[in-house]
Amino acid sequence: MSILHIAILAPFIFAIFIPLFYKYLPRIHTGWFVLVLPTLLFIYLIRMLPTISKGEVITKQFEWVPSLGINFNVYIDGLGLLFALLITGIGALVVLYSIYYLGKKGEALHNFYVYLLMFMGAMLGVVLSGNLMVLYVFWELTSLASALLIGYWYHRKKSRDGALKSMLVTVMGGFAMLAGFSFLYVITGTFNIQEIIANADVVAASSLFIPAMLLILLGAFTKSAQFPFHIWLPDAMEAPTPVSAYLHSATMVKAGIYLVARMSPVFAGAAEWFWLVAGLGIFTLLWGSFNAVRQTDLKSILAYSTISQLGMIMSLLGLGSASAYYGYEDYYVIATYAAIFHLINHSTFKGSLFMVVGIIDHETGTRDIRKLGGLITLMPITFTLSIIGAFSMAGIYPFNGFLSKEMFFTGLLHSLDITQFNMQSLAFLFPVIGWIASVFTFIYSMIIVFKTFTGKYQPEKLDKKPHEAPIGMLVPPIILAALVVVFGFFPGLLEHTIIDPAVHAIHPAALAAGEHFGIHIYPWHGWDAPELWMTIGVIALGVIMYLTLTKWQKIYEFLRLHKKDPINYIYDYLLDGVIRFAKKVTSMQMTGLLRDYLAFMFIFVIAIVLYSVIRYDVFSIDTGNMEGIPFYFWIIAFVFAAATITVPFIQYRVAAIIAVGIVGYLVALFFVIFRAPDLALTQLLVETVTTTLFLLCFYHLPELRKERSKPKFKLTNLIIAIGVGATVTITALSTLVARGHRPFEAISEYHLENSYKLAGGDNVVNVILVDFRGFDTFLEILVLGIASLGLYSLIKFRVKGRDSI
Amino acid sequence: MEILMVLLVGLIFTVATYLVLTKSLLRVVLGLVLFSHGAHTLILTMGGLGTGDAPILGASETYTDPLPQALILTAIVISFGVTAFLLVMAYRTYKVHKTDDLDQLRGSSDE
Repeated sequence: MSILHIAILAPFIFAIFIPLFYKYLPRIHTGWFVLVLPTLLFIYLIRMLPTISKGEVITKQFEWVPSLGINFNVYIDGLGLLFALLITGIGALVVLYSIYYLGKKGEALHNFYVYLLMFMGAMLGVVLSGNLMVLYVFWELTSLASALLIGYWYHRKKSRDGALKSMLVTVMGGFAMLAGFSFLYVITGTFNIQEIIANADVVAASSLFIPAMLLILLGAFTKSAQFPFHIWLPDAMEAPTPVSAYLHSATMVKAGIYLVARMSPVFAGAAEWFWLVAGLGIFTLLWGSFNAVRQTDLKSILAYSTISQLGMIMSLLGLGSASAYYGYEDYYVIATYAAIFHLINHSTFKGSLFMVVGIIDHETGTRDIRKLGGLITLMPITFTLSIIGAFSMAGIYPFNGFLSKEMFFTGLLHSLDITQFNMQSLAFLFPVIGWIASVFTFIYSMIIVFKTFTGKYQPEKLDKKPHEAPIGMLVPPIILAALVVVFGFFPGLLEHTIIDPAVHAIHPAALAAGEHFGIHIYPWHGWDAPELWMTIGVIALGVIMYLTLTKWQKIYEFLRLHKKDPINYIYDYLLDGVIRFAKKVTSMQMTGLLRDYLAFMFIFVIAIVLYSVIRYDVFSIDTGNMEGIPFYFWIIAFVFAAATITVPFIQYRVAAIIAVGIVGYLVALFFVIFRAPDLALTQLLVETVTTTLFLLCFYHLPELRKERSKPKFKLTNLIIAIGVGATVTITALSTLVARGHRPFEAISEYHLENSYKLAGGDNVVNVILVDFRGFDTFLEILVLGIASLGLYSLIKFRVKGRDSI
Repeated sequence: MEILMVLLVGLIFTVATYLVLTKSLLRVVLGLVLFSHGAHTLILTMGGLGTGDAPILGASETYTDPLPQALILTAIVISFGVTAFLLVMAYRTYKVHKTDDLDQLRGSSDE
């Protein structure tokens, strides 16, 4: 166990002490103690940056379950470090923000910070572990922590529903992913990611390649809120805003992106991968941006915006995977490059936008854009921050969103040249959809800024008197917004330090050690570059559409999108359906009636035995020894049959008891005929005692009534009864034949030979009972003892003070 | 001989099953008693019928198989214990719930 392992586990360890801080140092906001940890971790991780920039990787081993190949390996390359820096960096800012956002009074701060630290540790584990199983463990921990954080205000129903939804969706994906990982293990025999990547050709040749890919993608798509699994993310907005900013924009939702990027070396190059990742991504981009425009809640807009931006990153990763097929020239790698660059940008501007929305919520008491307006003079700093964030999101110069949007267009345009994967006919869709989605992105970005800060100030609709936020709340978004601007003007800061090694991790075959990609991020492409005209078009159309918003917004009502996302209907229907189906099945099968349960069991036994008899064709009768039956035996058999058949028809209890008694005595007679004197004795005795008991008890029992039930009921009972009888008969007859040619002698020879020799007894049955197999007898005595004690207590003991038993 | 016995066993199983599926507690107990008779007879039959003397060592050359007899003896005693217990339980059930109709003896609906 190295320092790196401890660094990953530090949030978990630290979380243990949070309740102590909360309880014993109540005067200091617990968040201040928490703040130390992500800051330290960030500093610790950023010191690795020079090493990683050189294209090296850092690995550390720790054996966890070595017999199963599950080892807690830390593997840090560009991709892992990028995510780890985002997690700790934004984590620190979010903790700082939350100190001002959540008051000391009335909030269960210890819960909040324990969950948050748990999430942080889990997320670090996801991005830094080199073993699939360890990754999976941390993956599920992020789902758990996320659900806990969404349900933080657990007294609200919406919070609980949102937590449940996110849990169900992401855990479903997580399980699918676990299955996918298992398939990879079956193919390659290892859980180590780097070894799997080294065996990518083995994986590609396997028949489990497609199932493994689909299952892993299911995990990634559910976590990263891709269509149609995006529905949990808007409902997750019930979480406190710092949580939304941290989990649901900057880190957790990017875990799926991370997984796709991490698994790219294994799966990229396959057409299915390309189409699923790129196609679903671009559709999610459109769907998210289209739906964001109709939202009236600021956090809902941001949630759909996050969905759409994640779709954009996903589609870029998909387009970049084409380079695995075409060879790693910068032409296609640029899409992957854009994906990583936008990933960083999105974390910065989306984090700051969420914090801005949190400030607005905190200072005005609402997030509804219909109530907000005219806050520009009241909250100038917040306004500036939201301008930076939203314009970057819309892709306007000079912010970093502009650069990544331009690169996105470049990647889309390059996709036109892909001739593989049946792209010729459909390639034009990518730039078109991407461009339309960008227009909608522009519109909702403008809505966020201008509907909130300009227009008419409506103080009568607000619960509080709005004013600028405290400085502590403003610092984290200011830092993020500063990064937005810095990365906008100096994208070169990121190129060789972190994007190169990250892209190298996605395309390991692309670069030799120490080389750099020939891709540079620059704002000016020249007048003849189509990207520039696409951006100008986006802005022009976006402005027109924003100004005419009220005129065309009816289209949402026309498309029936104005209430809730249509996928939610499916989710609700499925959830209700599962519950209703389970209830129906339960009420059908758990009737509480003995007869029904017995009927189920009998039918099952009949079905399974008859199936085996027919399937293996074992039914046979040997009629050889039918002749030697003496006449008197026929009479006994007839009486036996007659007595048996009459039992169900008898209406008088004494008669029924006597009929059953006759059957019992005839059984004793059989024992006599078939030379079993001890059995005959016992049977006679037991039968007598039983009959006496029956008579004793039945004296207190009611008279047998005629069965008053429907003929159908009787008929099914009769059919089942005949079925059971037939099953027993057929099985017994077949066994009799099979017994004729059994390959071994009966063990009884031994008993007969040694009864006197070893045990000194002539009565072999008794010798078996008390000597050879004495244990049976011992326990049988125990059974009798327990039965008699049970009888005694049934008769004697009464629970006092209770009317019914 | 075995075939006739097996047919009788099949008959007894049929009747026992029919009784067990009815609504009256009494008939269910009678059905269980018949079930045990059927099972004992079946064990005896499957062990092989009547070629030899009773398994008490003496002058005879061949004996019937003693092992199934030992098994049946154990089974008889156990089923006797269970039957006695069931009887008293039926009696108690009737005392407490005032009915012997199994349809009315079902548990509460929220079980």
